Amino acid sequence: MRKIGLLVAGVAALGMALGQANVIKIATQSPLSGPQAALGEQIKLGAELAIEEAKAKFKALGFDLVLVPYDDQANPDVGVANANRIINDPDILGVVGHLNSGVAIPSSEVYARVNLVMVSPANTNPRVTDRRLPNVNRICGRDDVQGPVGAEYAFNNLKVKNVFVIHDKTAYGQGLAEEFRKRLEALGGKAVAFVGTEETSNFVPIINQIRAARPVPELIYFGGIYSQIGPFVKQLRERGLKTRLMGGDGLDSSEFVRLAGKENAAGTYYTTVAGPVSAFPKAKAVAQRFKQKYGKDMEGFGIYAYDSANVILAGLEAAIKAAGGKKPTREQVAQAVRQVKMEGLTGTIEFDDKGDNKKAKYFVMQVASTGNWADNKLIRVIEMAAPGSR
Amino acid sequence: MLEQILALLPQVIFDGFILGFVYAMVALGYTMVYGVLELINFAHSEIFMIGAVVGVEVFRYLAPQVESGFLLLLLALILGGVVAGITAILVERFAYRPLRKRGTTNRLVPLITAIGVSFILQDLVRLIEGLWHNEFFLRMRTVEDLEGSVSLFGGAIFAQTKSFTLMGVSILMLVGLTYLVNRTKLGVAIRAVAQDLHTASLMGIDPDRIISRTFLIGGSLGGVAGVLFALQYTTITPYVGFLPGIKAFTAAVLGGIGNIPGAMLGGLVLGQLENFFGTYLPILTNGNFGTEYKDVVAFLILIFILLVRPQGLLGQVVKEKV
Repeated sequence: MRKIGLLVAGVAALGMALGQANVIKIATQSPLSGPQAALGEQIKLGAELAIEEAKAKFKALGFDLVLVPYDDQANPDVGVANANRIINDPDILGVVGHLNSGVAIPSSEVYARVNLVMVSPANTNPRVTDRRLPNVNRICGRDDVQGPVGAEYAFNNLKVKNVFVIHDKTAYGQGLAEEFRKRLEALGGKAVAFVGTEETSNFVPIINQIRAARPVPELIYFGGIYSQIGPFVKQLRERGLKTRLMGGDGLDSSEFVRLAGKENAAGTYYTTVAGPVSAFPKAKAVAQRFKQKYGKDMEGFGIYAYDSANVILAGLEAAIKAAGGKKPTREQVAQAVRQVKMEGLTGTIEFDDKGDNKKAKYFVMQVASTGNWADNKLIRVIEMAAPGSR
Repeated sequence: MLEQILALLPQVIFDGFILGFVYAMVALGYTMVYGVLELINFAHSEIFMIGAVVGVEVFRYLAPQVESGFLLLLLALILGGVVAGITAILVERFAYRPLRKRGTTNRLVPLITAIGVSFILQDLVRLIEGLWHNEFFLRMRTVEDLEGSVSLFGGAIFAQTKSFTLMGVSILMLVGLTYLVNRTKLGVAIRAVAQDLHTASLMGIDPDRIISRTFLIGGSLGGVAGVLFALQYTTITPYVGFLPGIKAFTAAVLGGIGNIPGAMLGGLVLGQLENFFGTYLPILTNGNFGTEYKDVVAFLILIFILLVRPQGLLGQVVKEKV
């Protein structure tokens, strides 16, 4: 183990010596191929736009700014392999990523070995920052706030008391559902059932339970991913049940409408940590530049990636100044990023001692009946502090 | 509690039959191959998946052209059956036959080959669908004719048209298969090969051909089951075959593996058990055990049945072959 450590240190030192003095690279890691590529590409392009726009400023400081995108394929193994390549490139001083918490958690441990700073636009699992790694930060919200936000909206605004809670038995889905139930019951509501299922095709037993549940549930909360909730809703509606449905950001994909069918998906509520462009007045101009440059609409994760990259750049700039105009070390950048306080497109960004944004935004959305994901209605924006670490 | 259970019971039994018929149809493929080769063909669950994927593709491309939903379903069933049957033949030809020709006597070797083939088929379908549509979750297209539903017994049972279709087709398949095995020349040959491969070949039967046809029949039944499964449960992935496959295999063992009516009965029993406990566990245990334990309970009961009756429900104690 010590030998490996020495080797890594040796390689890193060699790399440092070979690194070009005036080039600074920022990496992105997100899925660029496979079923989640659409979301991952937003992260890459959002960061790319921010870096393009900052190039001139860094040129004036004497540095060439370069973006290096990596494809983690939404796969932890690939993410870690990429992370090892990233830490061996001494010019890379920051990482924007990832999309999936399951990939971010092991990869960030690799970055931590060399104090390489990571700013996440999308990872919601509490463990991402609860490990208190000095190099790991995120600007989006957390699942242990997202669940309660859903519960409060359901109880206070939808006036719902009895909720049938389902989860997919994963760390994400079950965690979210449990947080939802806790807050709902604290408010005075009742979870008439709390059911886990790994089933992906036959939801009939659960649907029958919903029919038999007493008191009659006024809402179904499903902590899970669109790929499971989509067919569930389809079968639910086919059987004539009109009960309202709510989920977390696992639902935030147009695939949900495709799998559930447009008329079945319409009206579904979901909470998310990355709001649409319409939720951020400041993002409008950036979204126009984005569209011009890439020919695509800027979506939630693109905005968050743009901000993530800018946070890294702000930290970098501060670190360069502190180092007297010389290229800072990774550790200096990581420390400077943790101190950043800036106004991004998504609001004020300022990290607490764990690396969570001091106040993150959570959005309550409703699926539109047109079948077009961009038409979904933004119902409410809630700003809430991250809970203290446990 | 009792009131709740009784109110749902007709529905639960009805849904259990639908699921049971799916398992039964898949179990037929396992049981036939086992009967003839004493091989547990785990790749059969992927044959089933291929049938489902073909069904989705037929609906995707032909639904705008064909007006009647039933005609469309018929086309999908035929194509799904044919493609799945051909895949099964190819699997037998290239994966199992070479092992048999080498005279491998170790039972584990073909079993592991079967598991390997099943991974290959999963990834092949994933690759093709990825390149073709860039889709991982395939969705069965909705067709109006098949989407109808009726309420039976004063609302006690909610039944969809497609559920009746599923049941009808699977009963037809069982009857047809029983006739084929018991009354036709091919059936006699299959039974002869099942009895003793070597002796059968001395009686003028080409065992390779018979084995190939067994795979064709078992595979097409699996493919048809896949199409009906896709129609009923709508979302298909390359990995959708795994669980139904394992359960159908269990059903075949429960019914007495190698026994065709046994596979059917085993499938129905398993479908009922799974659906019954899936629905009632939380009610029976007052919420302490959720639906996620349905398979655990169903399998515990299966283990118990097999302890009491190791040869399976309709199986006979295998007589020494002379």
